[in-house]
Amino acid sequence: MDVFLLQLLNGLDKGGAYALIALGLTLIFGTLGVVNFAHGALFMLGAFCAVSFNKLITLQKIIIDPTKTTAWGTPLEVRTPYAEAMFGDFGQWLVNYSVPVSIVLAIPVMLIIGFVMERGLIKHFYNRPHADQILVTFGLAIVLQEVIKTLFGANPIPQSAPDAVRGAADIGAMLGFQAGAIVYPWWRMVYLLFSAAIIAGVFAFLQFTTFGMVVRAGMADRETVGLLGINIERRFTIVFAIAAVVAGLAGVMYTPILPPDYHIGMEFLVLSFVVVVVGGMGSLPGAVAAGFLLGILQSFASMNEVKDVLPGIDQIIIYLVAVVILLVRPRGLMGRRGVMEN
Amino acid sequence: MTLIRKPLSRRSILRSGAAGGLVLATPTIFTSRAWSAGYLNEPTGDTVTFGFNVPQTGAYADEGADELRAYQLAVKHLNGEGDGGMLSTFSSKALGGNGINGKKVAFVTGDTQTKSDAARASAKRMIEKDGAVMITGGSSSGVAIAVQSLCQEAGVIFMAGLTHSNDTTGKDKRANGFRHFFNTEMTGAALAPVLKNVMGADRRAYHLTADYTWGWSQEESIKKYTEQLGWETVAAVRTPLGAGDFSQYITPVLNSGADVLVLNHYGKDMVNSLTQAVQFGLRDKMVNGKQFEIVVPLYSELMAQGAGENVKGILGSSNWDWKLSDAGTQAFTKSFGQEYGFPPSQAAHTCYVQTLLYADACQRAGTFMPSEVGKALEGFEFDGLGNGPTLYRAADHQCFKDVLVVKGKENPSSQYDLLEVVEVTPRAQVEYPAELLGGELGSYNNGV
Repeated sequence: MDVFLLQLLNGLDKGGAYALIALGLTLIFGTLGVVNFAHGALFMLGAFCAVSFNKLITLQKIIIDPTKTTAWGTPLEVRTPYAEAMFGDFGQWLVNYSVPVSIVLAIPVMLIIGFVMERGLIKHFYNRPHADQILVTFGLAIVLQEVIKTLFGANPIPQSAPDAVRGAADIGAMLGFQAGAIVYPWWRMVYLLFSAAIIAGVFAFLQFTTFGMVVRAGMADRETVGLLGINIERRFTIVFAIAAVVAGLAGVMYTPILPPDYHIGMEFLVLSFVVVVVGGMGSLPGAVAAGFLLGILQSFASMNEVKDVLPGIDQIIIYLVAVVILLVRPRGLMGRRGVMEN
Repeated sequence: MTLIRKPLSRRSILRSGAAGGLVLATPTIFTSRAWSAGYLNEPTGDTVTFGFNVPQTGAYADEGADELRAYQLAVKHLNGEGDGGMLSTFSSKALGGNGINGKKVAFVTGDTQTKSDAARASAKRMIEKDGAVMITGGSSSGVAIAVQSLCQEAGVIFMAGLTHSNDTTGKDKRANGFRHFFNTEMTGAALAPVLKNVMGADRRAYHLTADYTWGWSQEESIKKYTEQLGWETVAAVRTPLGAGDFSQYITPVLNSGADVLVLNHYGKDMVNSLTQAVQFGLRDKMVNGKQFEIVVPLYSELMAQGAGENVKGILGSSNWDWKLSDAGTQAFTKSFGQEYGFPPSQAAHTCYVQTLLYADACQRAGTFMPSEVGKALEGFEFDGLGNGPTLYRAADHQCFKDVLVVKGKENPSSQYDLLEVVEVTPRAQVEYPAELLGGELGSYNNGV
């Protein structure tokens, strides 16, 4: 039972990340009809917002100490962080909480990136075939990756969770199991809750605001909304920017789990596309449900008991399930009629 | 008038084909250097060209950049520029800092992208188009084995860079290939006694292994040596290369009854799996009445930087460390540090040393012919290159030298001071019979 619960928790956590990226992908596809292969790069850019913020607040004042030398004979550099020197305890707190605080930086940065990307490039491909859209967005993703690699190097850059949520929680003891039977990292639980909050926020925004209502109407019938005199294109640009923010925030909060490097977005992109297809192209609840479903399945498929019976199943389970679902339900779990069918 | 056309016969088609082939091949035959030379890419001008094949893009790009820095430094020293680095401490005094066999060293570079096919393509280009007489580099055993095989077929020497799998000088060894870096067999032999001393003989180990040649080789060696010392292997689980999130492989460890996790991962995989294992509280866990431990059999400084504070106290092995106190290490660290502003990695060290060893062998042989250079390297005993007295064994073209057991430092003094040397395992303890790892060297190929 404890092993089952542990894998379930792990699957939900994984699914949270998949769902967040898939949600953004679906938003863009549902509104603009664009297959955005640069969406993983947005996740990566978000992660590097956290890295940049951390670098900024840990900038160090370098003083050359001529009395001491390095092992290779050059004068020793003495480094003191500016933030700590200038702000004292607050500076230390800022360094400790750099990942969650960097959200404040990531939101405007990702909004601008999303806006520029959509206005500068994506809008020119609205009426082009999906193959063109895939090529141009994939190319853009590679360019963004190379830019980040040039600026930050190819190695992963570790980011720490705040001290208060570092380490693991003994959930087993809380639930009445044997102590130490179900241990799960605090930050992963924070990430799961964060994913749930962002997903709920996006749904609430679309469901309960006038802007959201127009967007939903546009997703259902763009032409009719346009005929009513509503500038749907402007709203869709904002939706693209919101999707960029969602992907970016998913990236920011993921940095303590996986040290980010320039390639981190690509690792999620393919899986997220499978999630979107399984959930149903253009269906937001479908993307979220499929994200969690595939995360849980992937987690259970990695159990030794399962792998003993079906070796290698952990590496193909997601694709296997995708094939089966598409055979049984060609539109995916909650796909709408007419989407990607022409 | 009637034209009588002769029907085409099989013989006439064959004759025309042969004549056509000869005509087409004629320019290549007469312009090919292989035709006139005693060996492929024999240098005819005043320079000799080396091919540095390193990952310049992809996951190991930073490691590749460090290797390239070391190669460029070696070329400078060979050509008499800079402070000479390890040339002054090298026990062989054949090289005088004025090139090799009267020729200055030039170089070309290729990008392996840490992919076998890309690495072979760039090595092929450097051999065929740039006239490289020797290929060196690599940050992956899969790539090294693929390029070594290509160099054997082409007829040039391959001086392996960072490759740790037994197979490179085991079942996949080739006459034209030479490795200075240590291997997983040596890691197992050096690391297991230290693990026993630190953690005891009654341990239950759980392996997470990268699913490719190096991972399998590392898992096998650690299992063999730890089981000999009394450890039990609970499970050995293969993980896909570049998995990113290893949480689904780490959670089964928690209730497996294991009290040691061995991470047979390298590079980014190691950074991720170690970080996540620590996050799951494994290092704070008590199992079977013992403190849970994590072991990383192969360390690199760049990986340690990536994993940050998670490496503290974690044991592993290393080929070399810039903090060693011997004269060779100090000379190289000084030279590299002054040139680039930071100390060299073990990848940089092995690449630098391989370049010097190849150059020295050519100088002693008086030629760049692969078979003669190979013979000069075979059985060559040397010192002063940072690892103590070292032997290039003739039977498998593998270097034998002391191996370092290292540990993540608890209180690092800088971002480059992340590992401390726990033990220098003497060469005698890591030597093994050449036939243990199988394979056949075959004969040298000079490319003609």
